[in-house]
Amino acid sequence: MSGLAIENISMRFDLPNGTSVQALKNVSLTLKAGELMSVLGPSGCGKTTLLNIVAGFLAPTEGQIVMNGHRVTGPAAERGMVFQQGALFEWMSVRDNVGFGPRMKRMPRAETAGIVDHLLEVVGLQDFKDKAVYELSGGMQQRVALARCLANDPDVILMDEPLGALDALTREKMQSLVLKLWKETGKTIILITHSVEEALLLGERLLVMAPRPGRIHTEYRLPFADMGVNADLREVKKHPDYAPTREEILNMIWNMEEEIMGRTEAGA
Amino acid sequence: MIPLLIYVAIFVGSYLLVNRVFRRAVRRDFTSLKTVTFGDESAVVSDRWASVISIASIFLLWGMFTGSSLLPKFLHMPGPFEGTADFTYTAELPDGRRDDATVTVLVHPIDQKVEPPAVEPGPGWAKNDSATVGVWRSGLIRVDRNDENGRDQGARVVAVDGQPIAPGESVATPFGRVGMSPKGTLNFEPSKGWQMEPIWLPAPEAVVERMIEIARDGFRGSTLWEHLGYSLFRVIAGFLLGALVGIPLGYAMGLSNWFRGWFDPIVEFMRPVPPLALIPLVIIWAGIGEAGKIILLFLAALWIMAIAARSGVSGVRISKVHAAYSLGASRVQIMRHVIVPNSLPEIFTGARVAMGVCWGTVVAAELVAAEKGAGMMIMVASKFQNTDIVIMGIILIGVIGFGIDILMRWAERVLVPWKGKG
Ligand SMILES: Nc1ncnc2c1ncn2[C@@H]1O[C@H](COP(=O)(O)OP(=O)(O)OP(=O)(O)O)[C@@H](O)[C@H]1O
Ligand SMILES: [Mg+2]
Repeated sequence: MSGLAIENISMRFDLPNGTSVQALKNVSLTLKAGELMSVLGPSGCGKTTLLNIVAGFLAPTEGQIVMNGHRVTGPAAERGMVFQQGALFEWMSVRDNVGFGPRMKRMPRAETAGIVDHLLEVVGLQDFKDKAVYELSGGMQQRVALARCLANDPDVILMDEPLGALDALTREKMQSLVLKLWKETGKTIILITHSVEEALLLGERLLVMAPRPGRIHTEYRLPFADMGVNADLREVKKHPDYAPTREEILNMIWNMEEEIMGRTEAGA
Repeated sequence: MIPLLIYVAIFVGSYLLVNRVFRRAVRRDFTSLKTVTFGDESAVVSDRWASVISIASIFLLWGMFTGSSLLPKFLHMPGPFEGTADFTYTAELPDGRRDDATVTVLVHPIDQKVEPPAVEPGPGWAKNDSATVGVWRSGLIRVDRNDENGRDQGARVVAVDGQPIAPGESVATPFGRVGMSPKGTLNFEPSKGWQMEPIWLPAPEAVVERMIEIARDGFRGSTLWEHLGYSLFRVIAGFLLGALVGIPLGYAMGLSNWFRGWFDPIVEFMRPVPPLALIPLVIIWAGIGEAGKIILLFLAALWIMAIAARSGVSGVRISKVHAAYSLGASRVQIMRHVIVPNSLPEIFTGARVAMGVCWGTVVAAELVAAEKGAGMMIMVASKFQNTDIVIMGIILIGVIGFGIDILMRWAERVLVPWKGKG
């Protein structure tokens, strides 16, 4: 069985002061190979926690992750991760960052170099191969992070607000790049974002999570990602369904935030 | 006080001169307001001119107050009086008879042997006297010694240069101060001027000369290079040993709870103990030879390096480790490719601090007891009041310490260019 199954995951953090936080409660979903799912939700609803559990960095208090038929017990190269920022190795050149995964697998040098060259060309950084990563702009750094993840040829790519720190224009270009890479490589992708637009444009499936405890609220199936593969993202936004869906989701999240505020105010 | 005032005056004056006069043409723009962005260290750049003038003014002051021959005469502060001074005194007998006589004093450089100048005894019962006094010194002058009516006849000195004087008082003359002891003996102190006596502060050229001399002839049976080389060798040996033990220790503390728990109390206790406080114990245990010094420096470097390595390890951003894991790296590979390189900047910072501390400690340890070394050189010199050697030693110690720091910074730039860029 190929794909990723999140089976009834619950996560509770026990805090040092004796209380505990229920970050996730009974979250279940399955992703078929090659699906791209974006995840939205108010801050603190457990998106990062869910992603970290899928990546294997955290063990859930209940439930399990099943990947291609076997149970996930820790991080592995089959599940690559792209972080918001600061996860590149600044002591390595762009080339060495991208080639990190293959090198760790002791892949022959020439083969690694081939992969690195190819991916840097895909993300448009072939001229920056020997630069230090801190000499690159934020957008370029995220492209390096993407290339580094792809170089390892994972089955699933997990992205936690990968474009969160970028300016609007760079972000739009990167969104196209993500779509292009998704289509070309056929990877399964989970992408967490705070931007409803981004979630709409990039999510073949869109998951809205609700907080306290973190759970799945609504799931959408959207046509925009497929359209965006071949078209300008701005054209996609003109689709008649786009604006209404966006308003619906914005309202949903807005109401959740209101509820949180109301609850804390009432509690105070 | 006066040097401080002059220094402040140079500071203010050169600031006004450089910024108001020479730089008036410079356009004022937003970058010129950078210095108001408090807290942004990079916004304040040190002004090269200020540095140059600062160093020059220190040497200038040094030269001015030591009468350096490198400076034109008019820049010198008034020097001590040197040459022939004279003053008159008035002696009085119990019956009220008075007589005057002149005292001629030859004020001579301290290192010269001179004879008192020959003088005519002169008329009257009080006879003219002569005496010698060294520059910056003072001398008792028994003016009644050759008088016809001396102390035994009840004669007393009642005035100097026409101004009345009594025991315990003094009179200012153009050449210096004439005081009277409680017993009535005159005491001449030629005016000292504003310059420093070489025994307090030798002129710059005297220090340079001494340095050349010691570089050529050595000091206490060892050449200058041997003295400095010994100090440096101790620092490097102690530091390397400290780093060799401290870095793995710090790594272990950063990676294992058990190690952390075991060594934390020791490290945290030893860290605030200044290495200088260990000198007595180290001397008791290991004596004053090389071993003791190297142990001391080892201890000085050890804790600094351990703490630097520890914080280098625990300071790694968790997302980097996570990224490495999900790229398929094993624990050993993460150690080698992520933890170690990530900790290098911290370790270099620690090494810089440790080298500085070691250099300071070695000098202090040599001050206490050593046969060779920069610290021993200045300590021995001070015992013999060879101030020029002391100052030369201090300057060399400073230059070497500064050189070490520059070297470490350079190494840091070359070896860990990613420092602070994560
Ligand atoms: N290591 C932890 N220890 C204790 N509590 C934690 C920990 N990690 C997360 N939490 C709590 O779990 C909840 C979910 O956190 P999480 O980081 O997953 O939220 P998020 O949806 O990613 O938020 P954001 O959008 O702001 O990134 C929060 O209430 C947070 O305080
Ligand atoms: Mg998050």
